[in-house]
Amino acid sequence: MPRALESYSRTAIGIVIVALLLFPVYWMLNTSLQGSENLLETEWFPFELSFQGYQRAIETQLGNLGTSLLISIGSVIVCLAIAAPAAYGLSRTNISTRSIAVFVILLLITQMIPGIVIANGLYPLYNTLGLLNTVPGLILADASHGIPFCILLIRAFMQNIPHSLLEAARIDGASEIRLFLSVVLPLSRNALVTAAVFSFLFAWSDFLFALTLTNGSSVVPITLSMYVFVGAHTQSWAALMATATLASIPAAVLLVVAQKYIASGVTGGAVK
Amino acid sequence: MTNSSLMGDRTSVPRRAGGAAGDAPRPPADSGARRRTLRPRTRSALVTWAFILPAAIYLVVYFGYPVVSNLTMSFQDFTTATFFTGEAPWVGFDNYTAVIASGLFGKLTANTAIFTIVSLTVTFLIGLGLALFFNKYFPLNGVLRSMLLLPWLLPLIISSAVWRRMMEGETGILNVVLEGLGLSGVSWLTDPNIALYSIIIVNIWVGIPFVMVILYGGLQEIPKDYYEAAALDGATGWRSFFSITWPLLRPVVVVVLMLGFIYTIRVLDIILALTGGGPANATETYASRAYHLSFVNFEFGRGAALSNILIVVSLIVAAFQLRANKRASDLAG
Repeated sequence: MPRALESYSRTAIGIVIVALLLFPVYWMLNTSLQGSENLLETEWFPFELSFQGYQRAIETQLGNLGTSLLISIGSVIVCLAIAAPAAYGLSRTNISTRSIAVFVILLLITQMIPGIVIANGLYPLYNTLGLLNTVPGLILADASHGIPFCILLIRAFMQNIPHSLLEAARIDGASEIRLFLSVVLPLSRNALVTAAVFSFLFAWSDFLFALTLTNGSSVVPITLSMYVFVGAHTQSWAALMATATLASIPAAVLLVVAQKYIASGVTGGAVK
Repeated sequence: MTNSSLMGDRTSVPRRAGGAAGDAPRPPADSGARRRTLRPRTRSALVTWAFILPAAIYLVVYFGYPVVSNLTMSFQDFTTATFFTGEAPWVGFDNYTAVIASGLFGKLTANTAIFTIVSLTVTFLIGLGLALFFNKYFPLNGVLRSMLLLPWLLPLIISSAVWRRMMEGETGILNVVLEGLGLSGVSWLTDPNIALYSIIIVNIWVGIPFVMVILYGGLQEIPKDYYEAAALDGATGWRSFFSITWPLLRPVVVVVLMLGFIYTIRVLDIILALTGGGPANATETYASRAYHLSFVNFEFGRGAALSNILIVVSLIVAAFQLRANKRASDLAG
């Protein structure tokens, strides 16, 4: 059947496209498994499998991976704690639609501000407040990557919660806080998971704030450590790529586990 | 910016209404009647604002304040000394003239323009091609599509490190392949005439999934019967693309190009990790230069001036994009 043939040939072409575009990811894995230090040229396959790279990566980078994990989780908590109530507020219809529109436009405008502007403005403030080189300082700053996006994403979802549900809870005497915590939030689970996934990835990927708001010695997220590593004209590519692989795990795991949330986040965040 | 004043205005609206009812002491009977008519609405509006308040405060501190302080800093002689002495003398437009008059500004502008325009154009075309390709059903379509998202989800520093390995002088895989094909190797990151394009390649690679996913979403929204009807009239292939797909996809295209532009012109991670702006400033853009001025030279005033120029350029181009789109859709009727 020609139609079946056509669709299978599309699959074949699709596989070739994916293989080409994911080649750098393969190369990262491949290089990370070719451990010997004096090996300048990387083989196409890790024929002589070596975990030296990983050994060195874990010895030197485990602490920095932990720092990144701590900062990212903190950032997710801050992000959801601020974005979820705001999204709910902006989805309610008892304030003027105009002021909601203005707020939403402000959220969109925040997306147009380059990170370097924020870093530049925050540095003197952080210096005054003593937040430079601190984990809380980075958590709060990294949350800025996600908060506007998460508000818009969660709000779009909360707008579709049927009014009758909220009214029913009100008639039963639920307070506003109670209503938000035990009706609105559970119903918005999907949007909250999507928001959490993205705010985690944004914070995990953050490089700019790590670079500008720390001096690179006491609090070192993995991105900053990689940057220093790359800049040092290293020859130990295996260790560097092993670190890169370890630092890619969250993204890869989330892509597999939370695939549908990620797909909805990419489109939802962009179109809204 | 206007965040704080605006929020002040908005919150004061319900408060004023509530104040009118609650300020003056009133007879108890009256207050009971009022509570049923006016108070609950005011109260519930206040509750709404209370939910929004933390986000409003956060936005003021983490977006409003930096933008304002960036603006004031750009008119001050703000350097490392400022942190010790607390003094940052006002210097008017000196920072701006210094940044613009420096011999580098023309190069920065050209680099920023080439980087942004070439990256965005190629990323868009490839992303559109892939979105069209995946818009037809075939086995494994969904799996392959989500695998393509990976480059976009990886931290930029990691992607940059991998590409740096691949573009490394003699031993990087790109040159190994080129030499294997009998071609001569390329000094990807060390040749001033090539480095900018090497960075563009990496940036395109990072951006393709984002463009593809959004355009794919747009394509899925186009009703299939349009194509069937057009096919009955003999319109298929390119004809159906230009008569159906493109006009209906336009709103999504505008969003993609605008976001793509905003995200591309500010790219910093890739540049810093791959070349650090070198060789010989060949890959230095507004964003990377602003970083270097502020955080390497500690000339915060000048860094602020240049990053304000970056904001103004982004806003102007974004406004033009919106206008051009409006005109085009007006023409289309």
